[in-house]
Amino acid sequence: MAAVVPDRKIDCVGLFCPVPILKVREAIAALAPGQTLEMVADDPAAEADMKSWAARTGHALLAIERHGTVVRFLVRKTR
Amino acid sequence: MARSFAFWSERPGSAGPSRVYLDYGGLSPVDPRVVAVMRPFLEGGVGNPAAPHSLGLEARASLDGARAKLARLFGGAPGGVIFTSGATEANNLAVKGVLARAAGRHIVTSTIEHVSVLNPCRDLEKQGVSVTYVGVDGEGRLDPDDVAAALRPDTALISIMAGNGEIGTLQPLREIGRIARARGIPFHVDGVNAVGRLPLSVDECGIDLLTVCSNDLYGPPGAGALWVRADVKLAPLILGGGQERGYRSGTENLPAIVGMGVAAELARAERAAEAARLARLRDRLLHEVLARVPGARITGATGEARLPHHASFVVPGVKADSVLLELDLRGVAASSGSACAALTGQASHVLRAIGCDGEAAEGSLCFTLGRWTTAVEIDFVIEVLPPIVERLRRLGP
Repeated sequence: MAAVVPDRKIDCVGLFCPVPILKVREAIAALAPGQTLEMVADDPAAEADMKSWAARTGHALLAIERHGTVVRFLVRKTR
Repeated sequence: MARSFAFWSERPGSAGPSRVYLDYGGLSPVDPRVVAVMRPFLEGGVGNPAAPHSLGLEARASLDGARAKLARLFGGAPGGVIFTSGATEANNLAVKGVLARAAGRHIVTSTIEHVSVLNPCRDLEKQGVSVTYVGVDGEGRLDPDDVAAALRPDTALISIMAGNGEIGTLQPLREIGRIARARGIPFHVDGVNAVGRLPLSVDECGIDLLTVCSNDLYGPPGAGALWVRADVKLAPLILGGGQERGYRSGTENLPAIVGMGVAAELARAERAAEAARLARLRDRLLHEVLARVPGARITGATGEARLPHHASFVVPGVKADSVLLELDLRGVAASSGSACAALTGQASHVLRAIGCDGEAAEGSLCFTLGRWTTAVEIDFVIEVLPPIVERLRRLGP
């Protein structure tokens, strides 16, 4: 995928479930449909939580990239 | 009981109680007898326990009195009590505080611990500590042999909860304690839900560190304690003026701690009769819901192997959130899984651990009974729950 420049970035490193998901939900609410959000986290549960959250809410999880212990998620707001 | 709560009393002429509170696990009201003892500590005339004047001396005596009352509840030495802001802090202190002083870099815990144990473990994993999360059976019970098998030469801590807040299952603490003792490994027990409801003794169970929650005993929220056996090496998380023998700095929350002490004393005096009363109500609720709600299943253990105040179910075909909303409209306060589960739609870590995944877990309902729960309230839930489930099932997902 061509590099997407996220409209908003949030840093959840050091935080644990459910805080990263809460922050994503909050940030997504403030975006317009079509805009993207980057979230970085190092909670091992974050990946499963983000996948599940995206499936539940219908927002598009564009990328999951692992950089050492930190995982970067890219989400597009769909509606 | 000392007082009936106005908003839980029966409404004259109505079909049932105006308010049915069955979320004691979420928050318990503070016992009015506790409030009465706390009042002067809030209204003045008491000093800082560290102060050199006579008011400080009195405060110190009150603090030590609370320490003794609390320790008596579980048969520990009073000097081992470290007052904290609550059970979450106590669990963090146990896990991180022991690992900070230990040579070993391995923890054994279970897959169904409270997040205030699991998240400190995960945090330590980032720093190179390895953690074995021992699985449970379909009722949420650990096999002590599995705990023994998970131990390594470098195991620094075993941390196992006494009773699970989501499914009510009690763990075989004595057996695990014996294993820990034989191997010389510190044994931490998160005693929330169980201390004050069961006859839990730190010596009989071989417990080296015990987490206790004030509100769980009908004391004020915002207080808790970690009891630590004298030979356990521990490092503090919070540094400052050296209060609590240096293990938890910060001026003690004396009103809350005094309240917690009284709450512990009341729990000790009334425990046996109250646990038996609640277990009867619990069993009536469990039995009647199973009989009247088709497909409903109990999560966790039953009888003696279950917390006496705890009833939980999975109800296939309905979302727990919808049932809870309908119950709330009828004046019944109950709860479901974790905050995480509600947000992501996943089954909670506890329900996944006992094999309740997917659709079944969306119907998880948790009723926690308490000191002011009456048979009238339980009967009301038994009446209103079946038609709610039936209607929601008819409406579809």
